[in-house]
Amino acid sequence: MRIVVGEGSCGIAAGAHKVYEAIEKLGSGIELGITGCIGMCFLEPIVDIYDKDLLACRLVRVKESDAQTIVQAVKSGDLTQLSGLAITEDDKSFLDKQTRIALRNCGIIDPTDIDQYINAGGYKALEKVLSMTPQAVIDEIKVSGLAGRGGAGFPTWFKWNAARESNGEPKYLICNADEGDPGAFMDRAVIESDPHNLIEGMLIGAYAIGAAEMVVYVRAEYPLAIVRLEKAIEQAREKGYLGKNILGTGFCCDMRIKAGAGAFVCGEETALIESLEGKRGMPRLKPPFPAQCGYNDQPSNINNVETFANVAWIIQNGGEKFAAMGTKDSKGTKVFALTGKIKRGGLVEVPMGMTIRDIIYDIGGGIRGDRKCKAVQLGGPSGGCVPYDKFDTVIDYKALAATGAIMGSGGMVVMDDTTCMVGMAKFFLDFTAKESCGKCVHCRIGTKRLLEILDRITKGEGKDGDIELLEELCDGVKSGALCGLGQTAPNPVLSTIRYFRDEYEAHIKEKRCPVGECRDLLTYTIEKEKCRGCTLCAKKCPAKAISGEVKKPHEIDKEVCIKCGQCVTLCRFGAISVR
Amino acid sequence: MKDCKCSHKISDLSLIKNVLDQYKDKPGSLITVLQKAQEIYGYLPTDVIYHIADVMKTTPAEVMGVATFYTQFRLKPVGKYLIMLCQGTACHVNGSERIESAICQRLGICDGDTTQDGMFSLKNVACLGCCSLSPVMMINGETYGSLTPQKAIEIIDGLYAKEADK
Repeated sequence: MRIVVGEGSCGIAAGAHKVYEAIEKLGSGIELGITGCIGMCFLEPIVDIYDKDLLACRLVRVKESDAQTIVQAVKSGDLTQLSGLAITEDDKSFLDKQTRIALRNCGIIDPTDIDQYINAGGYKALEKVLSMTPQAVIDEIKVSGLAGRGGAGFPTWFKWNAARESNGEPKYLICNADEGDPGAFMDRAVIESDPHNLIEGMLIGAYAIGAAEMVVYVRAEYPLAIVRLEKAIEQAREKGYLGKNILGTGFCCDMRIKAGAGAFVCGEETALIESLEGKRGMPRLKPPFPAQCGYNDQPSNINNVETFANVAWIIQNGGEKFAAMGTKDSKGTKVFALTGKIKRGGLVEVPMGMTIRDIIYDIGGGIRGDRKCKAVQLGGPSGGCVPYDKFDTVIDYKALAATGAIMGSGGMVVMDDTTCMVGMAKFFLDFTAKESCGKCVHCRIGTKRLLEILDRITKGEGKDGDIELLEELCDGVKSGALCGLGQTAPNPVLSTIRYFRDEYEAHIKEKRCPVGECRDLLTYTIEKEKCRGCTLCAKKCPAKAISGEVKKPHEIDKEVCIKCGQCVTLCRFGAISVR
Repeated sequence: MKDCKCSHKISDLSLIKNVLDQYKDKPGSLITVLQKAQEIYGYLPTDVIYHIADVMKTTPAEVMGVATFYTQFRLKPVGKYLIMLCQGTACHVNGSERIESAICQRLGICDGDTTQDGMFSLKNVACLGCCSLSPVMMINGETYGSLTPQKAIEIIDGLYAKEADK
């Protein structure tokens, strides 16, 4: 039997490596390994026990202290004693409705061992491609209907073809792994859990466009992804998959990693190129497109990690098989990072055409605490929200765009009835205003002004006409901004106004936050019947707004109260109500 | 900078010599050089920025422009413990704002500041990618998840207590 610990970033954050070390210490003689992220973040740390090559038992929410039991069970061969830790049938269903292509090896193979990737059929697609013409490779991708998974959904074959037909040497193939959308971690999971899949996909792309150099631009906040990819590159070089004369075919191509330095705008392809050149990551005016004049003014092709992660599978299984999945306009699968107020948060890969409802309820298990679901945010700060009554919308580039949201890179943040939608719009604008590079006026000033208005509204200082002003300003920013960041920045505002106009009106007209989240619009009162007069709140109140005698109900002076909420946190009797 | 008579701290520029030797002739490597410099000094001191500009044959304004553009670079030293508080969407939905006010209140600092005793720095970050553990903070590489304002303060107090024991 073999023990495998899931060591993706979120597994490690939940304590997986400590579990690994504990098992290593106690279980000498037992075969112990690691794997990447299976996507069940809500169950981390996860330990799998394999009997030969079959998964015999999956243990969840494992603690360091469980190591002894696990080692004992594996040594004795009697896994029934682990039933308390084993995954429930219900949680197992998390994987049932998924179709895994980009994530096919994630959480199964050891990302630090190239042989495991090869045994799983890895680098076979590269071998096949090297006997094809580059044009035939592009044609196969065209048949598959693969579109850019970074958010824009541009046909991959078209970009490859443009770069191929472009004159100029050398050509570059660049992978955009600057996953800046707060609440999305698909690309990180692919790199951490299956780095060779990315390398193979990129090699196929490089062969198709005729590039001799590949660069992966990785977010600096992903140290583990960088370490694993570095190791994978080294192993691929040793085996002859990277470097000069690959597999004896004369094809030469090498790869390097460039760590980003933290700027959301560098997810935009021309800004990414600027950053690669060591400059401030400010977008360029297009055209010329990167396919003509990109990195070092040479023809360059940029795709997202998830896009590349599909390529090897398509080559091996044929474009038609990929195109058989999905809808008329959107083919294949899409990975989503399911987070927020969801019971089973994690990474899911579903065929296009599945409804949002199926993802949230059948895979995600519904809303935490069985509260009422309000909306789901797709595409992060560039996207919009889809309200509950539109949850039958299918995952499809066009269908999602019609709701005012976008497919985006795959962030799917679920919100329940305790989330203020005006506050949500403000949160995203705060993000884009901070991340605006400042090159064009519409984005630099426009997002700032939008944020100011939203800030005013959430403070109870909204005025009649503010909603219309927001809409007008949004139109201006959308049409005038230079790059995708600015052009999409108003989306969260427009979509929340579209579906939750009543919440905006309540803030503006009644100076009230319907869900009680906007701090400045709240009033704190002590419920007399619940207060025991313990004096704790009065002692700790930073504004000295609470008064009362010992063992008698206290009172809050609303004029003095600064609404810091400390009394609510401190009170052991739940006597402070917030409205 | 060499003749500067003000009270600015003078950095040991020899520490970065190897890095500069390796990259000074490679175009487009300024960000990498700054990342290595920050690894060495903990932040980017002004005299180091001037020195980098000098060796890389560019202007201090150019280097400063890059250093201030990216959030990773710091122009001030950080405390012994760097609290990276996640403000990603999932953490926001699960109450990261309340965690921030609790930490600020406990330490008497705002985002981007360092406590006077040099123990703690607070930095809001976009997303740490541990969304299922939200709200999350990371202190010197260690992740703390499922935070409440109370829990965050206990963690900080715990670190203070640990330091006092030393």
